[in-house]
Amino acid sequence: MKRLYDHIPLRFIIEALLFVSHRPLSAEQIGSILPDVDIKDIRLSLKTLFHEYEAMGRSFRLKEVAGGYQFTTRPQFAAYILRMLKKAPTRFSSATMETLAIIAYRQPITRQEIEEIRGVDVGGILRNLLEKDLIRITGRKKVPGRPLLYGTTKRFLEVFNLKDLASLPKLKEIREILGKKGSFKEEDLQKSLFDGDESDKDK
Amino acid sequence: MEVENPYEVRLEIFEGPMDLLIHLIRKNEVDIFDIPISKITDQYLSYIEMMKSLNINLAGEFFVMAATLMHIKSRMLIPSDESEDEEDPRQEIVRPLIEYMKIKEVSVELLKREILERDVFHRPLYEPDEYSEYQKEPVVEASLFQLIDAFQKIIEEKRISKGISIQIHRWSLNERIEEVLEELKRKERLRFKELFKKDMGLSFIIVTFLAILELINRHKIKAYQRDPDSDIEIYYSR
Repeated sequence: MKRLYDHIPLRFIIEALLFVSHRPLSAEQIGSILPDVDIKDIRLSLKTLFHEYEAMGRSFRLKEVAGGYQFTTRPQFAAYILRMLKKAPTRFSSATMETLAIIAYRQPITRQEIEEIRGVDVGGILRNLLEKDLIRITGRKKVPGRPLLYGTTKRFLEVFNLKDLASLPKLKEIREILGKKGSFKEEDLQKSLFDGDESDKDK
Repeated sequence: MEVENPYEVRLEIFEGPMDLLIHLIRKNEVDIFDIPISKITDQYLSYIEMMKSLNINLAGEFFVMAATLMHIKSRMLIPSDESEDEEDPRQEIVRPLIEYMKIKEVSVELLKREILERDVFHRPLYEPDEYSEYQKEPVVEASLFQLIDAFQKIIEEKRISKGISIQIHRWSLNERIEEVLEELKRKERLRFKELFKKDMGLSFIIVTFLAILELINRHKIKAYQRDPDSDIEIYYSR
């Protein structure tokens, strides 16, 4: 087959793909579309594009997330976009957030193990997280009763702006949490509980 | 559904026994590795008493924890044997408390990240399988209150987006009932919202809502909602 992209810079082809894709594209995925291009060149082009968009300082940028690259807007435009979409910003209650964090850090994990950490029933929250595609069932634990195991999804990485699970923030040592006086702040907790409407947007 | 009443918020702070314990430890400014178990147990129990006297139902987990605390307290009272290597009975709650506090801390941190569809956006927006949702069987019939909630949300959305025009034109309820029924006959099922899609002013919205209520009353259509957060779906029922 004749190479259609002989005269076009590779990174423009990749840019066009990224522009249209609604999921992050990995170098490998792009490679499957451009089979006769060396994957190294694709990676290099992605990096170049990334830096070009950073340098341009436009309202959107090329973000490295969930194992790929994706165009997203910068946070300072959130308020306007939400107004256009007539949507409330994504919100997580502290109960949801804690459950999700337990799964993210301890996966694969059973419902009972989650409940041991949180001390409360999480059935409803799990259903909700499954429906939002933030967690998935990864299998069954090989113990009596064969309970289901839960883990996070690629969508979780996308929503929380993570390249991969290894980029999750490190769990702090308890001394660190208690250490600096009042570092485990009531306000932070309250904020995550109550924040809701407009206050999120100026992040 | 976004409206929180103050009581629910208060309850969410102590959503479980762990939250209550952390609150007490912080309030008393005590060292987590040296919890004055008797003081904390007393306060814990008096909180439960208070909730009971307010007629607020506490989850069973609160009582399990109360029993655990009392058990630890009693073990602390027994002078330990000379053997030094016996574990501090408080470890039973300290270990899970620490684990939980770490998770709490990191979940606050995760919320500070750039979150999709809160801080940053891409195109097109992610709609988790709009259509496949239709395939799943509806679980519960929506109650009148859920319908009213959904109705209020629609009014609210329209008001924010462009303001509601009060038109002189009067919509006939009977005509609208026929229209809604026709549309549902054709399409079998619709999202509640979709029936309000046409932008025809406040009286249109109200008449449409009344038509839906009337049709439900006549058992011509059914309203279903899979869970309290999902959209209401209207089904044509033969």
